[in-house]
Amino acid sequence: MTRIRAGVISFPGSNGDHDALHALEHDLGLSVRRVDYRETNLDEFDAIVLPGGFAYGDALRCGAIARFSPVMAPLRAFAEEGRPVLGICNGFQVLCEAHLLPGALLRNRTLNFHCFWTHMRIEQSNTSWTAGLANADVLRLPVAHGEGSYYVEDGQLADLEREGQVVARYCSPDGTVNECANRNGSVASIAAICNVRRNVVGLMPHPERATNSLIGGSDGLRFLGGILETALTAAT
Amino acid sequence: MSEPESVQPRWIVEAEIMPRQGVNDPQGEAVMSGLRSLQFTGTQRVRVGKLIRVEVTAASEADALDQGTRMCERLLANPVIEEFVVSAARIG
Repeated sequence: MTRIRAGVISFPGSNGDHDALHALEHDLGLSVRRVDYRETNLDEFDAIVLPGGFAYGDALRCGAIARFSPVMAPLRAFAEEGRPVLGICNGFQVLCEAHLLPGALLRNRTLNFHCFWTHMRIEQSNTSWTAGLANADVLRLPVAHGEGSYYVEDGQLADLEREGQVVARYCSPDGTVNECANRNGSVASIAAICNVRRNVVGLMPHPERATNSLIGGSDGLRFLGGILETALTAAT
Repeated sequence: MSEPESVQPRWIVEAEIMPRQGVNDPQGEAVMSGLRSLQFTGTQRVRVGKLIRVEVTAASEADALDQGTRMCERLLANPVIEEFVVSAARIG
């Protein structure tokens, strides 16, 4: 079987691209390539990751400028074909600004930059990226963001809940969802969402920085590993 | 000597961008508590937004406002979380 090929998009100001490349290549065994934000062809890839960082220095709003990068047109086509796209942290913000995912990320309610380990509970295991997990699984992952407070208006939140687009929520270590665990103040404790088609997923925590117990935890591998299940299903 | 026809008037277009009603504004809340601690005891509510000033050429005020509105819709504001008001003033 040919190896799954994953592309990681580097925008000016991305800083999680190499973490993502390392995790996908060395921890998951995928064939990977860094994709420059000026590239216009993504046909070679089975999956695309938009990494964390500060694309364009977060000028104006997080992700607002990156959305107009040349690579975004082929990315939109890639997503519309149903192929897997994952946005991590700043990548999540870019996907929201590009309207590939609903909602927006606001300033943390504490006004502080959050840099610590957190827990999230899987609510939907039927997405391209969570296929290796079960509902109610709890993952311990690091966060590193200033604007991670997920927002949609009430009516749209009801739509997301009904369509099963809430992929994960912040929780305590035992899986309880409460406001103490929701430190950035996200609506409905949302840590991860997906599009209606379930192939585009965005999350604020960093699975690519939790792929080995030597660096503090390996739950991120369980998340990223979902792409193996998805690719396997697609191949059969 | 008259100006060549291609030279259009210059305008300052200002886009005032504010968080929408119902959107949390922790900056506004922090500023409010600061004002209250400075004894501005009548402070009822604070919202923090941004002002973006763009210099443009446009044939008329309506044209300048139209450019500003389209800039807001396409880039300057995010309608999911923000609302905007555009104004224009001629500067040359």
